[in-house]
Amino acid sequence: MYNPEIEAMDRERLADLQLQRLKETVKRCEEMVPFYRAKLREMEMTWKDIQSLEDVEKLPFTTKDDLRENYPFGLFAVPTREIVRIHASSGTTGQPTVVGYTQKDIEVWSELVARALVSAMADSSDIVQVAYGYGLFTGGLGLHYGVEKLGGSVIPISGGNTKRQIRMMVDLGTTVLCCTPSYALFMAETADEMGVDFKQLKLKSGIFGAEPWSDRMRDKIERLLNLSAFDIYGLSEVMGPGVSIECEQKSGLHVFEDAFLAETIDPATGQRLPMGEQGELVFTTVNKQGMPLIRYRTRDITSLHDEPCGCGRTHIRMKRVRGRTDDMLIIRGVNVFPSQIETVLMEIEGISPHYQIIVDRVGGLDIIEVQVEVSEDMFSDRIQGLEEWQEVIQAEIESYLGIGVKVILVEPRSIARSEGKAIRVIDNREL
Amino acid sequence: MPTVRQISVFLENKSGRLLDVTRRLSEAGVNVRALCVADTSEFGVVRLIVDDPHKAHEALKEQGFTVKETIVIAVEVEDRPGGLSEVLKPLVEQEMNIEYLYCFVEKSGDKAVVIIRVEEAEQAVGALKVAGFRCIPAEELYSM
Repeated sequence: MYNPEIEAMDRERLADLQLQRLKETVKRCEEMVPFYRAKLREMEMTWKDIQSLEDVEKLPFTTKDDLRENYPFGLFAVPTREIVRIHASSGTTGQPTVVGYTQKDIEVWSELVARALVSAMADSSDIVQVAYGYGLFTGGLGLHYGVEKLGGSVIPISGGNTKRQIRMMVDLGTTVLCCTPSYALFMAETADEMGVDFKQLKLKSGIFGAEPWSDRMRDKIERLLNLSAFDIYGLSEVMGPGVSIECEQKSGLHVFEDAFLAETIDPATGQRLPMGEQGELVFTTVNKQGMPLIRYRTRDITSLHDEPCGCGRTHIRMKRVRGRTDDMLIIRGVNVFPSQIETVLMEIEGISPHYQIIVDRVGGLDIIEVQVEVSEDMFSDRIQGLEEWQEVIQAEIESYLGIGVKVILVEPRSIARSEGKAIRVIDNREL
Repeated sequence: MPTVRQISVFLENKSGRLLDVTRRLSEAGVNVRALCVADTSEFGVVRLIVDDPHKAHEALKEQGFTVKETIVIAVEVEDRPGGLSEVLKPLVEQEMNIEYLYCFVEKSGDKAVVIIRVEEAEQAVGALKVAGFRCIPAEELYSM
């Protein structure tokens, strides 16, 4: 552990720390952020009503729309002169959102990422290749500062130029790789073309996140890249990467609770759910100055677990995120996450890990088409053999999802590769 | 054994893909002897007999195509009515399942060549020989 005093802190003491920090956060929001002042007034509340951690339930939610409406600096709780760093979300689903960090925020964040790195078996002797994008996206710089904090050597290569990525791994002896899981698979493909064998490389850990991925995909990445793959979670609104991370047990991601209060709620009613029940993940930041958030609705679907973990960390764990409420497709009334289709595909031996889901509405009926690239293993020269593959994949997906899909085999590399977040779904329906 | 290597390529049913294959082969200096396309509404398989299967395989693979080599047999038949039936007879008698076949006519013009794909290539060659047919050896076919 990087900070055993905090990471393995007795639950009661941790709760005291959280409560004290929660009070301070709500107080600062009330005093410094007009948006929160108005919200609390509306609910006839002040920060003084926070007497226990359970009282967080009384607080109002913050949504992505609230961030957009207060674009760019409306939710900052400090004057902009105290802000030392700005990041912004990609804005793929609407107007971008902007977040700001004070010097202390950057220090806290760096420590959280350093803890995450140690959780993923890294230490100060490691050479860490950060292939997340550098820039407005929090991935690159977030990991970068964490590696420096830990005292490791960081290769700030950013995303893209995949052949150079592979050459760096070979030449510099990279031991830890950080990127999106889909980019990791693309690297495996590129290395193969270059004749580079991952077994000859020194990689030991991979820290993958920024998009949902399945355990099957983990198996594939671990096998192809010859490393141990860890899921890291974070979102720019709350902090960036390092909100939670898997430990060596790989049974859920520890949420750094001295910085973030986690809850799950029923996305429809907003009701708080008990431990273990699946719902929308909600965070309250309790150790952030620049842009503290109260009950931020992440739209990510997961469940929280407070059973003790074999690694010794006392912080609760969240299950790996299955998908976002806004990734969720409703197909003929059935909720479908792209990650479920991925799980099925990864389970079928010999199949290429590259796929795309295309949703259309034909004559009022939703149609899912799953495009899968033909791999060497699948191709047999016989039309019948290829049709059998289509049928097998179709049947597997249907039995898992309970709805019919059409599987289309496409040529290798015809599905666009991504050096950042993969685009898995193209929804052509006009909803 | 006189069997022949055939190159098969997976293609999506998109305009211009077959051209991409033939263009790549021409760039690599590979000469196509015979070609046949099998397709469904979404994809197809192009099967090719070329003068240099190894070079063709490498060139197409490099370009990112999914390529496979398959063993087929090439039988010489008389280019006249009934020529094909006579070739099929011994195979059917042996209860061999023909997966597919296609034909082309030799440059000299008096003979045709039937390319046949069966699971049991060796057995098929034997049966054809007994029936008096000549299976064309690979080198001879490639350089035809």
